[in-house]
Amino acid sequence: MSELIWERKDLLGLEDLSREEIEFILSTAESFKEVSSREIKKVPALRGKTVVNLFYEPSTRTRVSFEVAAKRLSADVINIATETSSVKKGETLIDTGRNIEALKADIIVMRHNYSGAAAMLARHVNLSVVNAGDGWHEHPTQALLDIFTLKEKLGKIEGIKVSVIGDIAHSRVARSNIWGLTKLGAKVTVCAPKILIPPGIEDMGAQVTDDVDEALHNADAVNVLRMQFERDESNAFPQQLEYFKNYGITEERLEKAKKNIVVMHPGPINRGIEMSSEVADGANSVILEQVTNGIAVRMSVLFLVAQANEFIKKNEDTN
Amino acid sequence: MKILIKNGRVVDPANNLDEVCDILIESGKISKVGKNIKASAEKTIDATGKIVLPGLVDMHVHLREPGREDKETISSGTKAALKGGVTSVLVMPNTNPAMDSAENIKLLQQIIKDSAKADVFICGAITKGRLGQELSDIKALKKQGVVAISDDGASVDSDKLMEEALKLARDENILLISHAEDKTLSNKGVVNLGLTSTRLGLKGISKESEYKRVARDVELAEKLKAPIHIAHVSCKESVEIIAKAKKRGAKVTCETAPHYFSLTEEAVLSYDTNMKMNPPLRSKSDLGVRKTKKISSLSARNSGLSAWKLNSLWQSRS
Repeated sequence: MSELIWERKDLLGLEDLSREEIEFILSTAESFKEVSSREIKKVPALRGKTVVNLFYEPSTRTRVSFEVAAKRLSADVINIATETSSVKKGETLIDTGRNIEALKADIIVMRHNYSGAAAMLARHVNLSVVNAGDGWHEHPTQALLDIFTLKEKLGKIEGIKVSVIGDIAHSRVARSNIWGLTKLGAKVTVCAPKILIPPGIEDMGAQVTDDVDEALHNADAVNVLRMQFERDESNAFPQQLEYFKNYGITEERLEKAKKNIVVMHPGPINRGIEMSSEVADGANSVILEQVTNGIAVRMSVLFLVAQANEFIKKNEDTN
Repeated sequence: MKILIKNGRVVDPANNLDEVCDILIESGKISKVGKNIKASAEKTIDATGKIVLPGLVDMHVHLREPGREDKETISSGTKAALKGGVTSVLVMPNTNPAMDSAENIKLLQQIIKDSAKADVFICGAITKGRLGQELSDIKALKKQGVVAISDDGASVDSDKLMEEALKLARDENILLISHAEDKTLSNKGVVNLGLTSTRLGLKGISKESEYKRVARDVELAEKLKAPIHIAHVSCKESVEIIAKAKKRGAKVTCETAPHYFSLTEEAVLSYDTNMKMNPPLRSKSDLGVRKTKKISSLSARNSGLSAWKLNSLWQSRS
């Protein structure tokens, strides 16, 4: 059955996926979530498979989450930190990918600072590529775990209102959330100072505001992004305190929002910049549940791409 | 020696000719164009079903020599030009060293003499090293044989310097070719600014970065009554500025390249780096304007022929 719904060897972004495909990843994740609450947290679904984490950018949460997910599926996991690899000797991305393929690995999970890097790698290797974040482009498993968490909390995605607040221009999380949520029928509003709203974002299906109170009004959930001050090349970003004053999510602001508004953050949090500590640790926050759900979602993705690739290879053999 | 080309569709805009006929060549010169030429030629070429064109001129090419012979050479570039029916090319000065002195031009002329397969004309650099800081000795460049000057790949940011360069080019009777790009606005962008750059998560290049510089350059040239040529125009706003100035009598010409009126930014959505160029492919509406009557105000089209090493495509542009 799964072959019919999921036939992709790679997961590169949510823009390419259909509603059915996204729902299928989520429902597969639901069945994997239970594994992490067992006494022996392991199933043999990917036994004998090798997953390589190839990270060109620093990451704790995402890399560890993928590693835990792969290990709970009984896969062997290898981590390559590019700081200590042949990349430092000038090896190209394609050569690195082909070498990993020659080692007979099955899945590369890649984080890269260039938008489009995962798409390019996937074109040049036959093994599966899972995008763990490429530049400002997409971070599909983050959006999937956000949506998974929202569905758990709110019971549905169709018709809900989600506001994404923060540095939209430089955020792969924002883009993947817009694609994923709108495909499933949610209404998405993005909110940021005007300089951090990229042109044409309305045509991706999001509403735009630069007023945080408007973004919070009537929202069922708010996804608060990390302010990436290190990316500011224009010297036009607001100052940190100015940003907190105008856009920071505080208890005071939440008082005017829906009582049960779900507060999410992809981490790592800048406490006191994009949200106050009280909110991050408060009753509406699901930030740590997101982390837990990330394992189930990534187990689902790793399982589905591996299965699809096996199916593709078998088909090639018989043809 | 006589060569007879028979039954080709002869297209020759200079003589307002587009019909199936024959061409007779005697001792390297066309002696007759007409129907059913009867002549005893040593060589007869049957061009039935083919198009016969005069040798084409590509006024904007990068042959990379000297400096980046790994990408292209005078020899390989002119060979490729001939294959495409182009018999004359104008080479841009962004070589290493840049074509900013009589000595460097001399060096290039020797390479051309030794290895060119087609006619090669040289465009000198407006400023030393194409850095926009200090004018080249434009008089000396002209004397050495350049037919135009440009800092192609870069725009001359200083209004004052551009004004001086236009005056000198006017007085020396050579064409100034403007690469119109305000780099503080294009800011290391790689695709058209808008939905495409947002979808791809890539830095965008605004149309303003081009047409504001076009407006400045056209205004300066008009004031000085100097001729100016705007290279590789990519958006409708630039075309409108140029068309209006031309109407007022300014000596402005421009060119675009085939990809700017046949492809849109959507071609780059798959991260195909073959579709990544500077200026970038623009939107559908820019394509439309180029298909209207305004195209008649464009006086030339170039191929933008420039070779890139495959492994440099991913990370570099300029």
